Amino acid sequence: MAVTFKGGIHPPEHKELSKDKSIEKLPLPKSVLIPLVQHIGAPCKPLVKVREEVKVGQMIAEMGGFVSSPIFSSISGVIKKISDVEVASGKLVTCVEIESDGLDEWINDPLNRQLEEIEAKEIVEIIREAGIVGMGGAGFPTHVKYTLPNDVKVDTILLNGAECEPYLTCDHRLIVEEGEKVIYGLRAMMKAVNVKKGIIAIENNKPDAIKNMEKLTKDYDDIEVAILKTKYPQGGEKQLIDAVLKREVPSGKLPMHVGVIVNNIHTAYSVAEAVRTGLPSVERVITVSGQGIHTPKNLMVRYGTSVGDIIEYCDGIKENVVKIISGAPMTGYAQYKLDFPIDKRSSGIIALTDNEVDTTPESACIRCSRCLDVCPINLVPSKLDQLGRLNEIEKAIEYDVMDCIECSSCAYICPAHRHLVQSIVSAKNAARALLND
Amino acid sequence: MEFLVTHSPHFRTRQTTRGVMTDVIIALAPVSFAAIAYFGMRALVLMLTSMLVAMLTESFLLNRRNGLGVVFKKIYGDGSAAVTGLILAHIVSPLLPLWMMALGSFVAIFLGKYAFGGIGQNTFNPALVGRAVLVASFPVQMTQWLHPLDAVVGATPLATMTSEYMPMFLGMIGGAIGETSALAILIGAVYLLFRKHITLHIPLSYLGTVAILSFIFGVDPIYSLIAGGLMYGAIFMATDMTTSPISRRGQVIFGIGCGLITALIRQFGALNEGVMFAILLMNSTTPLIDRYIKPRLFGGAK
Repeated sequence: MAVTFKGGIHPPEHKELSKDKSIEKLPLPKSVLIPLVQHIGAPCKPLVKVREEVKVGQMIAEMGGFVSSPIFSSISGVIKKISDVEVASGKLVTCVEIESDGLDEWINDPLNRQLEEIEAKEIVEIIREAGIVGMGGAGFPTHVKYTLPNDVKVDTILLNGAECEPYLTCDHRLIVEEGEKVIYGLRAMMKAVNVKKGIIAIENNKPDAIKNMEKLTKDYDDIEVAILKTKYPQGGEKQLIDAVLKREVPSGKLPMHVGVIVNNIHTAYSVAEAVRTGLPSVERVITVSGQGIHTPKNLMVRYGTSVGDIIEYCDGIKENVVKIISGAPMTGYAQYKLDFPIDKRSSGIIALTDNEVDTTPESACIRCSRCLDVCPINLVPSKLDQLGRLNEIEKAIEYDVMDCIECSSCAYICPAHRHLVQSIVSAKNAARALLND
Repeated sequence: MEFLVTHSPHFRTRQTTRGVMTDVIIALAPVSFAAIAYFGMRALVLMLTSMLVAMLTESFLLNRRNGLGVVFKKIYGDGSAAVTGLILAHIVSPLLPLWMMALGSFVAIFLGKYAFGGIGQNTFNPALVGRAVLVASFPVQMTQWLHPLDAVVGATPLATMTSEYMPMFLGMIGGAIGETSALAILIGAVYLLFRKHITLHIPLSYLGTVAILSFIFGVDPIYSLIAGGLMYGAIFMATDMTTSPISRRGQVIFGIGCGLITALIRQFGALNEGVMFAILLMNSTTPLIDRYIKPRLFGGAK
């Protein structure tokens, strides 16, 4: 029986474009542009200078605080430039440009360590030193999740394989092709915090992934596979915990407060690679898809690779492309140009065509209640939209604006096509500033 | 190449306000056809007049600055005025003179809707505002009912209290144009439910409350449900999105309130029919209900 949560929507999935495409390695880029913020938290401090030579896996920027994550060179070559560049999120971020020497020389040789050889307390350190962050899109530094306060007890690690966003298939491919590594990563994370239960949760639109995981976990008594109903935003961590474990994360609290740590499939894969090889994270799988891409693919790309190069490798975009999304259609960022770099959080590049992009102008709210029905947090989105536009921030706080998970379900379903997320997020930002005062 | 930049989400529903309103008109079609079958061309002309005046009034108010050409070109608009016009025609006497119909329709849009700021802003159901004004202004014309098929002028069954279920259920009784056939109304309800434009919260709590109170008052509950404008009101008017509470829990309270007032007016009031005042009164409580009844926050206190 597939489990689920209350609310949510069913956007078109379009996974068929890339779900059966094996992960390909993108040829080494001639240069990379590596942002020094690829996570939630303090920006990193650069450790390199212009004209300096670097190798793959060499740390080029160190953590700017505890909630931060170091950054490594993803190719070998020479530092060309360190400057502020506009990245996918639209923010100006200090970036390091590296020109490849074409040699792909690593700083160390990879090891092949078994999990049994490594002490539990080493694991969190390896995760931190490898620069691993949540790769589902949020980019929260993983080592922070595994540094638990003394009064918190965690009993379950939940791997998030919902991949509920339309078009994305990178987690799906990792489960199918690199299932052993995903399980290795999960076991490493369980060992790190001495947890005896691991669950891999997958939506039922990926039967081959479920089958592979059920086969591979047969020999592990402490790992099980949970089947989720296909619904957006099933991959939201609160919704995932609710569906799989029937636990409700209290407002303003974290999953660990109900005894759970949630990690994305790709994060587990990257943890496995770091623990096994002893090398830092320099690449990830992204899905390049959309009706507007000539040849949709799942690609293993080095961080800092230009999206323009990636799209070119996928035979370019079609004439009728009107939107380029960094991330995915429900929560991603629309781009006005193609020369922005991939980072740890980039799960997809989606080219949307004119027949799937909606440009209906917004009209007045008719109070149809649909946004309330789909809101997984049970907010009153139409009211928050109104308060956000009126800049009534105290009232918005009263209406629990801070609990919004920004899943965009309300704006998706709205027949008046109101820009609910835009006004709610701006109210949320203003509310955060007000609450911090 | 140039790309469009907007905030997420980048996928959106194809549904529009106009689509919702058109669906309501489709849901009202069985009622409209039953009306024509029972009351003849008279019903058709009244419905068309009411819709046309409502649409013209709305389009004029919205588009007058762009010239009369635009007023006629965009006459259907988002479809909401057509819905109001059609509903108003359904809840008047089939003997109503055309000019009164037109006046009622104009009042519904002008006073019931635009005085409050237009679509989504009105406190009261506009069609019921139109009907209230007509009842107050032309009490005689608004309460003479035509017996369908044999075209004999008579009183509404709620006034005479003769009851036989089947003719009432099918609509072969005197009454307002669209209120007589419970069957046609229920077909429309199924369509609205199927298209997810309404939920059962308001109709069930409304009808359930009336049935229970009728039983307590010693009136046949089934008769109470299919007599008068109750079924039509509970399904097509109390469920009006703009004038009913936005939360599902609030809608149940709203429905119970409508039922309570309807039953009390029918039992103790001087009027034969309580549906109109019940819904209008409860409309006025909608902002209050919305203020205090919110859905339970996920992760909030239970």
